[in-house]
Amino acid sequence: MTRTSQWLYGWLLLLPAAALLALFTHYPAAATLWQSFHSTPRAGRGSAFVGIDNYRALVDDPIFWQSLSNNLWYAGGTIPLSIALALLMAVWVNGKIAGRGLLRLAYFTPTILPMIAVANIWLFFYTPEYGLLERITSAFGLPTHNWLGSKNTALGCLMAVTVWKEAGFFMIFYLAALQQMSPQLADAAAVEGASRWYFFRRVTFPLLMPTTFFVLVNAVINAFRLVDHVVVMTRGGPDNATELLLYYIYEIGFRFWDPAYAATLTIVLLAVLGLAALGQFGFLERRVHYR
Amino acid sequence: MSNAVYRTNAFGRGVETAGAWLLGALWILPLAYAFWTAFHPGEFSTRFVLASPLTLENFVRAWHAAPFARYFVNTIILCAMILAAQLVLCTLAAYAFARFAFPGRALLFALVLVQLMVMPDVLIVENYRTMTALGLRDTIVAIGLPYMASAFGIFLLRQTFKTVPAELDEAARVEGCTPLQLLWKVYVPLARPVYLAYALVSVSYHWNNFLWPLIITNSVESRPLTVGLQVFSATDQGIDWSIITAATLLTTAPLLVAFLLFQRQFVQSFMRAGIK
Repeated sequence: MTRTSQWLYGWLLLLPAAALLALFTHYPAAATLWQSFHSTPRAGRGSAFVGIDNYRALVDDPIFWQSLSNNLWYAGGTIPLSIALALLMAVWVNGKIAGRGLLRLAYFTPTILPMIAVANIWLFFYTPEYGLLERITSAFGLPTHNWLGSKNTALGCLMAVTVWKEAGFFMIFYLAALQQMSPQLADAAAVEGASRWYFFRRVTFPLLMPTTFFVLVNAVINAFRLVDHVVVMTRGGPDNATELLLYYIYEIGFRFWDPAYAATLTIVLLAVLGLAALGQFGFLERRVHYR
Repeated sequence: MSNAVYRTNAFGRGVETAGAWLLGALWILPLAYAFWTAFHPGEFSTRFVLASPLTLENFVRAWHAAPFARYFVNTIILCAMILAAQLVLCTLAAYAFARFAFPGRALLFALVLVQLMVMPDVLIVENYRTMTALGLRDTIVAIGLPYMASAFGIFLLRQTFKTVPAELDEAARVEGCTPLQLLWKVYVPLARPVYLAYALVSVSYHWNNFLWPLIITNSVESRPLTVGLQVFSATDQGIDWSIITAATLLTTAPLLVAFLLFQRQFVQSFMRAGIK
């Protein structure tokens, strides 16, 4: 094949996918930036260039700051917890444990359910007085508590749902990595008299670093991408206690119909995702143990 | 693994097994609760009496309370359409990246990978504007379009295609195969397990997707199950948990049943998709 036909083939094969990607990923990302410097068209007035006015409004918007801080708490709480649980689950169901098949099933099932269904189930679980949680706490003589209706517990309730749903998903990747690990390593360590914990800390965990990296990237993206449960369970309330960034964008864009400000908020979200990507690469570049 | 040779004591083992089972019970509890409520009459929804009568009444009432049949059809069309488009587009693009030398390849590949971080899920405002301009708002096509060119699919297939030995390539070329015949006869069959893995991941993702369909649809004719379920359970017709949990289980049943039947394939597919 000549060089020119190689070029032509390459480009033509790529064209359909590239066109769709450009239209629904690159163009909207660029358009979001463009819109964030313009005003939302209102009755009688078109959209106008307003410089950094939208960003000024953003800095003065307490709900934005709260949604950002909520989202950081949410990420900071759910990511380490679900990764740690995933690792624990994987180690357990990889070893010789009684009822291994059933345990795998129990851990993994929440993963395949839609977040929207999961949120419905948990909404019922948290219901004041009738919900299972209330019935358990009242059995211990604790006073009734509106778990989703209280500012102090609402975000924590959402975090529990996320951890419940994601830990089993991440477990799969750890399990895959553990199964690829050579059993000779464990035998050698056992001959040397290493304890299980020592072996895990010094051999298994470092070898799992690439998996942890992969899982971490996914967890960070999910922490900022998935707000289905907010829509079902709290709608950002009470008193903005569960307002997450993407949910706030949704509210501004589609309930208050202010696309310019929603675009400005989206830029912040994209910046957070970009920073997360850079940070992860920078941090793990040095520490990940590539095979 | 020969874990048994470690220096461990029986007590530690027992604690671990108990811990694993406790966690497992905790993990299955919300689901078990939903099942209990859905299969019992309303007055037993929060009373756990073993002798309470089983019923399918809640499912029947839920099925008739909202156009779930239509929602099912919509979701199946949506998932099939997205998957078909993804398989074609990603295969072609991955083949280009894996086997053709053309200027701008590295840059274009990097541009494709941008979508792994900047997903359509967060670009809702501008994509809504685009769909309005295209006159596609409130259609099933509009739900699927942003996801059809999948960076993840391109990446996954490119990695797979790169492992195809060059000798096979040469042999087929000597036989007089065109590049597209080569793709169809050599590359696609060799990548079959990866296609299966990708298909399962894609279908479960789009069966479950919610926010973008919620925004872009507003009629029964285009709504997928997830949005239909939300519209159904959020309307102020008095909160009847028996019916809501029945509807919830109803909408997830196909996926749940498929998962229980093909558990091994599911898990292996997710693994395969994750290892890259």
